Amino acid sequence: MEIDPFIFRLSIFVLSIFIGYYVVWSVTPSLHTPLMSVTNAISSVIIVGAIIAALAGSSESIFNTSSIFGFIAIILAAINIFGGFLVTQRMLQMYKKKKDKKK
Amino acid sequence: MISANLAAIFYLVSGILFILALRGLSSPDTSRQGNYFGIAGMIIAIVVTFLSIGNFSTSLVYVVIFLVIGGAIGAFIAFKIPMTAMPELVAGFHSLVGLAAVFVAIAAFLNPTAFNLGNVGDIKLASLIEMSIGAAVGAITFSGSIIAFLKLRGIMSGAPITFSGQHILNLVLGIGIFVLIFYLCKTQSTNIFWTVIIISFLVGVLLIIPIGGADMPVVISMLNSYSGWAAAGIGFTLENTALIITGALVGSSGAILSYIMCKAMNRSFVSVILGGFGADNSTDDKKEKKDQKPVKSGNAEDAAFLMKNASSVIIVPGYGMAVAQAQHALREMVDKLKKNDIKVTYAIHPVAGRMPGHMNVLLAEANVPYDEVFELEDINNDFANSDVAFVIGANDVTNPVAKTDPKSPIFGMPVLDVEKCKSVLFVKRSLSPGYAGIDNELFYKDNTLMLFADAKKMTEDIVKNLD
Repeated sequence: MEIDPFIFRLSIFVLSIFIGYYVVWSVTPSLHTPLMSVTNAISSVIIVGAIIAALAGSSESIFNTSSIFGFIAIILAAINIFGGFLVTQRMLQMYKKKKDKKK
Repeated sequence: MISANLAAIFYLVSGILFILALRGLSSPDTSRQGNYFGIAGMIIAIVVTFLSIGNFSTSLVYVVIFLVIGGAIGAFIAFKIPMTAMPELVAGFHSLVGLAAVFVAIAAFLNPTAFNLGNVGDIKLASLIEMSIGAAVGAITFSGSIIAFLKLRGIMSGAPITFSGQHILNLVLGIGIFVLIFYLCKTQSTNIFWTVIIISFLVGVLLIIPIGGADMPVVISMLNSYSGWAAAGIGFTLENTALIITGALVGSSGAILSYIMCKAMNRSFVSVILGGFGADNSTDDKKEKKDQKPVKSGNAEDAAFLMKNASSVIIVPGYGMAVAQAQHALREMVDKLKKNDIKVTYAIHPVAGRMPGHMNVLLAEANVPYDEVFELEDINNDFANSDVAFVIGANDVTNPVAKTDPKSPIFGMPVLDVEKCKSVLFVKRSLSPGYAGIDNELFYKDNTLMLFADAKKMTEDIVKNLD
């Protein structure tokens, strides 16, 4: 009997939860806010679904009900991607050691 | 156009880059590099999606236009937002992830052929379950985050909103969602799909309104977690590895943060979710009793004198510092103290502020080197050997009652041992109890000097007096 591909995806999912568990526990508490903003940015990889939906329209009707939802989702996810990564970068730039300060 | 297999491998690469992005955050030194990994992962995922569809028609132009519009808005927000507004920004971002998940699920439901999920009215069963779970969790994330955003922004009162039957209503609605998804699978009815989404929006609102302001660190982490599970649900629908990996990472990240926050308050996750904590204000006669107790209050001059003559000072910042935006003035004060060869460190309680790591970001913004900032367990023993504790805008996290009175609502919560310092300076606007609604006996100790003022104003005055 063949294994359903769903099981493979489920395996990836479960293993990733474990990776997430160990990786996140090693995040230093002082960086918990950047952690939240960066997880925000990366979860917006959902944009791939939005792009697929948006590009599904035919050349005669670029905007149909389904693709419009895709286009709006692209905007929402793009706000998050750019906003999330840039604000994380901005925050991380501020974390400096003592010696940097004395320069 | 690239093959589906090659695309899947690239999605795996971008998933791995996301893991490295989180891994980088284990230390501030590696964190910036981690962020670049994250950006690289995102670029790979987006480019591969374009290449694998291979539809370079006019639609593509529009996709790029919309991408640029969203990107410009995001970049604008990221550069303009003040650091003190970070909690509401994160809540706002969560709501966008949630809504994007809902919209992608709707698009997939309306046009399943584009996603290889079957045809309209005949969507594969597994896909239908996955997309409705993704949509439901996304909708809860969206409306919940909006409420959290409004509360953090102060547009909505931070006080918990409770009514009788609230929990039963939530339970009924929650079960309702599952029943509807079951019928959706049987009938493939569009109306049921919309109903699931609408009920989920409602559940999101109902879940967050009973939770009070200071429980926000838990709420934000929890919504962070939900946004991850929503993304994972959509990832299963789209059979996309990058999305599944990311969803799992973000989901567990948010769950761990919620756990850390709950533990730091010694409260169970369930009790936070049920909400209503701190809702009943202390009764009047209790307040009268408080007023009779003697309190030593001082001014900036006294505080400056005390600190000048100390050899070590520990600063304990709290939400009040964020509200007053006192971090820059605080930094100035510390610089002056250091010039007098006084050792200054910062002690941060995990739940200080409105989101995990809130105080650390504000101190970093004020150019406080991160190696002077310590977490509760690393610094708690130092209070006994220090001369002055300067508590600015914190309250419950210093309350010794958590160690002594089993009847107190915060009993068992780990607190900073501020009272062990030779003297304690308390910057506070009034004697009012903190969020937990309980009196802080630290106020009445002999070695405590209360400084009644706005945190920023008081700190600035102390700076002047230190000259």
